[in-house]
Amino acid sequence: MDYISNTAAEKNKMLKEIGVEAVEDLFQMIPEAVTAADDLNIKPGISELELMRTAQLQAKKNKSLDEQLSFLGAGAYDHYVPGIIDALISRSEFYTAYTPYQAELSQGTLEAIYEYQSMICDLTGMGIANASMLDGGSAAAEAVTMAARISRNSKVLLPDTVNPAYREVIKTYGAGQDLEFIDLESTQTALDPAQIEANIDDQTAVVVLQYPNFYGSLEKMEEISKIIKKSKKTLMLVIANPILLGVLKAPADFGADIVVGEAQNLGSGLNYGGPNLGFMACRDERKMLRQLPGRIVGKTTDVEGKEGFVLTLQTREQHIRREKATSNICTNEALNALMATIYLSTMGREGLKEVGEHCYHKAHYLAEKIDNLSAFEVSNRNNFFNEFVLKTEKDNRKLIEELLAAEIIVGYNLEAVGKEGILVSVTEKRTKAEMDKLVEKMEVL
Amino acid sequence: MEEKLIKDYSSPGRTGYSLPPLEVEKGNLEENLKGYFRDDLELPEVSEVDVVRHYTALSEMNYGVDSGIYPLGSCTMKYNPKRNERVARIAGLTNIHPYQPESQLQGSLEILYQLKLDLAEISAMDEITLQPASGAHGEFTSLMIVKKYFEDREEKRTKVIVPDSAHGTNPASATMAGFDVVEIASNKRGMVDLEALAEVLDQDTAALMLTNPNTLGIFEEDILKITEMVHDAGALVYYDGANMNAIMGYAKPGLMDFDLMHFNLHKTFSTPHGGGGPGSGPVGVKDFLAPYLPKPLLKKDEEKYYWDYQRPKSIGKVHSFYGNYGVMLRAWAYIKTVGGRGLKKTTENAVLNANYLKARLKENFELPYAEESLHEFVLSGSRQKEEGVSTLQIAKRLLDYDQYAPTIYFPLVVKEAMMIEPTETENIETLDHFVETMLIISREIKEDPELVKNAPHSTIVRKLDETAAARNPDLHW
Repeated sequence: MDYISNTAAEKNKMLKEIGVEAVEDLFQMIPEAVTAADDLNIKPGISELELMRTAQLQAKKNKSLDEQLSFLGAGAYDHYVPGIIDALISRSEFYTAYTPYQAELSQGTLEAIYEYQSMICDLTGMGIANASMLDGGSAAAEAVTMAARISRNSKVLLPDTVNPAYREVIKTYGAGQDLEFIDLESTQTALDPAQIEANIDDQTAVVVLQYPNFYGSLEKMEEISKIIKKSKKTLMLVIANPILLGVLKAPADFGADIVVGEAQNLGSGLNYGGPNLGFMACRDERKMLRQLPGRIVGKTTDVEGKEGFVLTLQTREQHIRREKATSNICTNEALNALMATIYLSTMGREGLKEVGEHCYHKAHYLAEKIDNLSAFEVSNRNNFFNEFVLKTEKDNRKLIEELLAAEIIVGYNLEAVGKEGILVSVTEKRTKAEMDKLVEKMEVL
Repeated sequence: MEEKLIKDYSSPGRTGYSLPPLEVEKGNLEENLKGYFRDDLELPEVSEVDVVRHYTALSEMNYGVDSGIYPLGSCTMKYNPKRNERVARIAGLTNIHPYQPESQLQGSLEILYQLKLDLAEISAMDEITLQPASGAHGEFTSLMIVKKYFEDREEKRTKVIVPDSAHGTNPASATMAGFDVVEIASNKRGMVDLEALAEVLDQDTAALMLTNPNTLGIFEEDILKITEMVHDAGALVYYDGANMNAIMGYAKPGLMDFDLMHFNLHKTFSTPHGGGGPGSGPVGVKDFLAPYLPKPLLKKDEEKYYWDYQRPKSIGKVHSFYGNYGVMLRAWAYIKTVGGRGLKKTTENAVLNANYLKARLKENFELPYAEESLHEFVLSGSRQKEEGVSTLQIAKRLLDYDQYAPTIYFPLVVKEAMMIEPTETENIETLDHFVETMLIISREIKEDPELVKNAPHSTIVRKLDETAAARNPDLHW
């Protein structure tokens, strides 16, 4: 099966118009030395029926989250995705469109992105948001290089309470710009502001904070912000969890200069970690806007005065500025941004608040029960939102294996990133019965 | 505006969500979160029906491949098969967490491994990473690999050479990786000028970035000479895979002696563009560069698939997880469906369709390069410009006829450029209709130029003021 309409007769007609005998003649200019001698060693095509059967067979070799109980988070979160989202993004005028270069035929995509930018500004409290980044990690990385350009400094304070995967991505991007990273090691699940105070100076471009942090803890945002603000050129970058911003104070209110994060949890689902949705917002200042990477949609008017939307401020971008662009980003995550926009519209202010409340109260219910078990403790029990660190004298790997046998994934083993404990995440999807089941199993292990 | 903003549907107290009962004790959140609590969110207050009506209305103001021809050059806007969408929605393949044990995900990992093998076969590259999430992301990843490779060899090489016909992402990616960009002019035939190349190649050169066929659709016939020259200077040659649709089954970047490259699954392998993403930009390398690929790398041990994190020479991570898996599922489904022979047939028909369009349009529009071209070609609107109508205006007039416009003003080496790529999935009637529309417009330019200059007339908004948008940015409600 292929997706080609041309019949033999039509091909002949076209070849005649072109003035060649055979299709192969159109490839004459390719030197023989680089021509593939044999046909591609890829199996012959199959029918849709066979494809679906094959794909279902592959699915059977997996054990999805539908088949077990999961408390995994650590940067990818299992929140409920309302059915309305897939129904609407499946309209092919949305998903089969290109980047909206011809604005007059792309008003749907453009208006939706404008709404997305507005909602990201609302959540973060910032004045400007771009049209999306590739994921949370790359958004954080591009925010760091943006901060370095704005401050004209190259030193970055990077606490280990920031998601380790993001830290790796940030360092990859930083290596391209010769940035210097100061790793701040924390002994607890949150930063000691004195660590920032001791390391910040006039050469510091940016301090990176995660909110809530990788361990689910809330950093001392106000205190840290005051320290950062004393250093005039240093920017405050906050990596925020957007779904919790329905109840958690906007990062702007703590003085953030740039806010980024992963918005996969706003209606995109898990998908094994991609496509995810990076978001990026900054203060409403020209010097910030000029350095902001990515597409931006703006509202304007047409020749008859009717309001409409266009891609704007494109002189920052690669197709115009080439090597002087603020970033190479071209394709971003537009369809995921649409999912987030529909999610936030559907939930509304009340719904998003309620999701946050559910996450918080359920996680605290579970943490308290676990903390009451003699063999376990929650190390950040006084300071977390909906993700916490479980510690035990038992062998973590063994514990995880035993719970796995009971069809429970208890969480993310922090051993993978050189830390102790298991990171447990609770979303609104977990029921009381499910949490009680976990506690019961843990009790007898 | 044609359809009001979602916030303008708001009515205080109106909701459209549903959640199960909380079940557990509800403490006082405001008190518990003292200093961190907010109650000032302004998201819309709307019903589910409001949301459905609004976004349905927005979709009706859009144009996708399912609406008609999308002849954007270098974008490969081919049909997005519906069966791929079904595959990407199988719960057993998608409701999976990136940190689940590998033993629970052998089905998905096997799919990714098969995709890797197929991409390696198509390109004659030895090892593949699927981590980059877009084409430009793949370019950046590749250039960081180049950087790391030379660091490892303790060679200080600072320059990356880019032809003037290259995609804008090439120089931008090189800058992000910390290289200085050196641009070289194309020759009169639209190809790399070997003398110009020889002049800039030196011991500071880290890499040459090249698309082949290039953005004019022209195959660099001296490709082996070019790769040899670059290698002789001790530098590497990078292949921009944006134009892979022109060569599948006919030529392979690996055989052209490229050292590394990126693919665009959202171009060549039929995954939808989504109005600007998500895409996927896997990178392929020759064996000697494999140690530098991002971590983790998917591997197979006996019958088990696993992620290899033990990669001391790796450039690190470029994505939080493993890349855009959902896009990879669709590309896998596409390759399975069309098969090896189908990929070659895809290329043949992409090239046939493009050459047919070129043959029918070249009388009425200037063809700046006479060289034979493959899957895309570039016309110049210079004759029409002399008659007072610009390429932008021609593009806007096409919209009045319910057809998307070609890529315009690119590549930069052609004045008033129109870069046209029909892809293999358009039928002859659609191609003929596009030609006839272009011919009508060229007649209109002679008979009633004002009609074209003031286009579009029949779209839901007319020509939008981009200058005002940039001068007084209105970026949110």
